[in-house]
Amino acid sequence: MSEETDLNVPEPTQSIPGLGVSNNQGLLQWISSVDHKQIGIMYLWLSLLFLVIGGIEIMLVRTQLAVPNNDFLGPEAYNQLFTMHGTTMIFFVLTPAIFGFATYFVPLMIGANDMAFPRLNALSFWMTFFGGFLLYFSFLAGGAPDAGWFNYAPLNQYNYSSSPGINYYCSGLLLSGIGTVTASVNFIVTILKYRVNDMGLKQMPLFVWMILINSFLVLAAFPSLNAALVMVLLDRQLHAHFFNAVGGGSAILWQHLFWLFGHPEVYILILPIFGIFSEIFPVFSRKPIFGYGFVVGSGIAIALLAFGVWVHHMFATGLGNTVNNFFAASSLLIGVPTGVKIFNWLATMWGGSIKFSVAMLFGIAFLVEFTIGGLSGVSFAIVPIDWQLTDTYYVVAHLHYVFIGGSLFGLLSGLFYWFPKMSGRVLDERSGRWFFWLFVVGFNTTFLVQHALGAMGMARRVYTYPDLPGWGILNFISTAGGFLMAIAVGLLIYILVRAVRSGSKAENDPWDANTLEWTTTSPPNLKNFEQVIPVKSTRPFRDYKRPDDADWNRKEEYGK
Amino acid sequence: MNNFSVLLSRFTDPTVLNTASPQAEQIRSIGNGFLIAATGIFLLVLVLTIVIVVRFRSKTTGGEPRQIAGNRKLEILMVGVPMLLVIVFFFWSLHTMSAIMPPVSDHPADVVITGHQWWWQADYKGTKAVTANEIHLPVGKPLLLQLNSADVIHDWWVPAFGAKMDMIPGTNNNLWVTVKRPGIYEGTCSEFCGKQHAWMRIRVIAQTPDEYHKWLITQSTDAVKPADSVALAGEVLFGKASCSSCHSIRGSDANGSEGPDLTHFASRQTMLSGMMANTPANVKRWLTDPQKVKPGAHMPRFIFNKDSLNALTAYLSQLK
Repeated sequence: MSEETDLNVPEPTQSIPGLGVSNNQGLLQWISSVDHKQIGIMYLWLSLLFLVIGGIEIMLVRTQLAVPNNDFLGPEAYNQLFTMHGTTMIFFVLTPAIFGFATYFVPLMIGANDMAFPRLNALSFWMTFFGGFLLYFSFLAGGAPDAGWFNYAPLNQYNYSSSPGINYYCSGLLLSGIGTVTASVNFIVTILKYRVNDMGLKQMPLFVWMILINSFLVLAAFPSLNAALVMVLLDRQLHAHFFNAVGGGSAILWQHLFWLFGHPEVYILILPIFGIFSEIFPVFSRKPIFGYGFVVGSGIAIALLAFGVWVHHMFATGLGNTVNNFFAASSLLIGVPTGVKIFNWLATMWGGSIKFSVAMLFGIAFLVEFTIGGLSGVSFAIVPIDWQLTDTYYVVAHLHYVFIGGSLFGLLSGLFYWFPKMSGRVLDERSGRWFFWLFVVGFNTTFLVQHALGAMGMARRVYTYPDLPGWGILNFISTAGGFLMAIAVGLLIYILVRAVRSGSKAENDPWDANTLEWTTTSPPNLKNFEQVIPVKSTRPFRDYKRPDDADWNRKEEYGK
Repeated sequence: MNNFSVLLSRFTDPTVLNTASPQAEQIRSIGNGFLIAATGIFLLVLVLTIVIVVRFRSKTTGGEPRQIAGNRKLEILMVGVPMLLVIVFFFWSLHTMSAIMPPVSDHPADVVITGHQWWWQADYKGTKAVTANEIHLPVGKPLLLQLNSADVIHDWWVPAFGAKMDMIPGTNNNLWVTVKRPGIYEGTCSEFCGKQHAWMRIRVIAQTPDEYHKWLITQSTDAVKPADSVALAGEVLFGKASCSSCHSIRGSDANGSEGPDLTHFASRQTMLSGMMANTPANVKRWLTDPQKVKPGAHMPRFIFNKDSLNALTAYLSQLK
């Protein structure tokens, strides 16, 4: 190592709790941990657990929908299952998985030894954990919530849903929402104050940039949800009338409050994914990201615009042409910074030397799938098209193309990319490829046909449907695809468990990567770094490995 | 259920392509424009991805490729082209919306449609006609529908007519529709509204103005006193067994307002919001155990004996 490496490694001013304790105490070690790596891994396991639960729920739902006029599930069970599926996947699968990767890798990527507030970090995780379990306790307490994941008023009121489910929905999401907010505070402080000395904002890895932007999004969006949840609780428990039209409240108010959170939320679930891919495309194309400033700038643009688009969820609520047209303009506009990123990544790959690891395969598939989901999303920004297609299966198809084809593909890509660093073991690439193809084929089989079902007049959230021409066969195809995805997830779990138990040892830098997390051991020690290499560009580790081709030393290759 | 499939086959398929109103046609034309643009963009991404993957796959020989970190001109193009498309579609959307949703001002509603858990009520303004689930409309003239809700949020959607509009408690929403051709049009409630959201289907019967007026006059009349004794017994029972506290049958003592108006119940082809054909057998099945037929429906189970069931069925089935 050169003499330049002798830099201070940022860490919390209080010495990291638990550092002096043996790190081999089994379960107790995990429960009591304030180490960002252990907390990150717990977030990821929690996410996998809920992925399985939410997956089982939706397989029951798809079984019910496999044929017309089916009576495998009654309406009551069906409504609880689809509500829990949506709520689980959004709040307890995608969110914790994103926060898991962020908690694990943000400190490592900025050359820090831990998050700014290690204890707050643990609190954030356990809030999410108990929020999830509180939500699921509703099954034992008399019935799960049954008003859909966006829980519209007045269906969420006591006289329309008298089982305690929605109370658990409110308190579960409130708890995990507080965890999400505290985690975001922690990320902001960590990123702004704990970067290794010479890492400026312009040298920050794009994943860290996206987490920073995302954390501000969370801070601004979640209060609206949390307030709305408290208002529902007050309505249900203390007979307040926030959302009850008969008592002078407004049913539409809930939609404003929910979507003012809910639309930023979908960007909260995709911006970090843009960050993950902005790390992965360069590594496996052997090129720098195309338009670093542009990716950061469009991320900020998305974050700002995200708060001005919520009414496109409400075009059919009768707010009038003027309001609708305003939000149509903003919603169309947000498609631009989102869409151009696809071309940033394509341009990153262009002229590169592409290695088809499983992480990269998910990246390439993402480009195509996310384009489908993005384009179908733009059709909802166009009010007249929205008026035909909103609340049909076309929406179901759209949101799964962005949540699965976008968010989940990104998380899976990140999993295959970072697993060796986190566990010190390699995920088997051969069976990983099997998983990839099974999952991609299953995913498209399930959801492509749902675009057609929506256009053919099938409303979403129906527990059964009449035997109209084409409906039966398309639904059957969709269900078959769902089972394919379930098999793929089974295979993924097998791959993970096998890797943890008996996977071959991972090198410290298996992908010849660019960022600081690959400079330490796999897995990192409890103390991440003793020393950190100099950071003079966005790819410090590459500069270090190839000093004569270093980014900071190269005559600008930009703008030609 | 067999004669129900016969009924179904007479429906216009409820797809967004079977347009039957100028509103739906306008939406379809912007939809087609969007589909073309979107397909273009998708193919561009797909072809680029395939070309890149094939052309730039890693070769075992050779070192690192040229390290290019951006290109201003290309970046401007990447933003400029989508911006242009966005502007085009924004103004197209603006234009379409003012065409399909012109101001209502003080135009009176032609029909007031109210969503209930889980059925539709139609009040024909200026007449005594009230009906449920099967909604008759005249073809050829612009109609203003007023949309209300009696409980939770419902949503009116007949794909052949184009637009979709929520029914929100405490709010009056409006929708213009001009039906071009007579026929039976199927639609469905499109906002999740609870247990039987699935069986809140819409059936619009569009008629020529003449037929429509004839229908409206019949519907405005009171129910005729039953002729045979079994049906007469049914009428008496209808009042005594508290059916009448929720249902109205004009011309009898029944004047409840919670459930569907049954004055001309037997003139409808389907029952329970498009769930099944309106046959005496189905009526009887429903009366025997509503919760088994449509779980969650707000009709309680009255434990009728066999004779009562027959009497009520006979009574309801002759309310033409």
